[in-house]
Amino acid sequence: MGDVLVWVIWIVAAFACLGSGVAVISFSNPFFSALALIGNLASLAVLYLLVSAEFVAAAQVLVYAGAVMVMFLFVIAYVGGRADAPFEGGPSWQTLAAVIAGGVILVDIVIALGLTTSGRLDDEAEVAVDFGGPAEIGSVFLTNHLLAFEITSIVLLVAAVGGVILGSERRR
Amino acid sequence: MMGPDVSWYLILSSFLFTVGALGVLLRRNPLIVLLSLEIMLNAANLALIGFARHLGDTAGQVFALAVMAVAASEVVVGLGLVVALNRNRVPLDVDRLSTLRG
Repeated sequence: MGDVLVWVIWIVAAFACLGSGVAVISFSNPFFSALALIGNLASLAVLYLLVSAEFVAAAQVLVYAGAVMVMFLFVIAYVGGRADAPFEGGPSWQTLAAVIAGGVILVDIVIALGLTTSGRLDDEAEVAVDFGGPAEIGSVFLTNHLLAFEITSIVLLVAAVGGVILGSERRR
Repeated sequence: MMGPDVSWYLILSSFLFTVGALGVLLRRNPLIVLLSLEIMLNAANLALIGFARHLGDTAGQVFALAVMAVAASEVVVGLGLVVALNRNRVPLDVDRLSTLRG
């Protein structure tokens, strides 16, 4: 019973995720695209919860769907949602080439995954109840991956300074 | 384990990555190109988290959090560029941003 319920939730979230992803790249108004991306991120958070990644799911909703997308929406409102209709004037050679390239990327990924993982994904590890909780993530972040943590904070600082410099009015 | 295993997550992740790549290739508006980049980063995150559960190792989730921070930095710089372009009255069209072409 619980198994069926998990599958149903997974399939609904997966289709919501793919559907909103397609909506992001097919809306002509960037504002609607950003709103569709919020739906995409929320359904991804549901998928994360199903593999017991509670802390990442919470961070996804707070950081991504909250902070990052609010900034996106502010900038789109500031810049103005000028449309570029993605498929206007029928299919051009550029559109055709892009779709072919996308298909090639998909086939590439599937072949690479199939070759490297075939027959090795069967036995799944048993995990404790608190796997993926904030306590475990925090302790791993501050012990085994301390360097990654510090580098991440420096990257964020540099990006914040760069954003301020890019956004500030240059004195003439 | 209940529900889908890691192979389903990998399949969904590859489709999501393809959707993001198509967005980058098809669209001309730099804002939507940035949104498509977010989709691609999230596809990678999905694979990382699926493998973290499969291998019972929290390192994948930690790396997903680092990817999230990098994505936030990328958005800051990208949106700063878009605002700077808009202020200098440059059209928001990646086909016409050819000043840096060699």
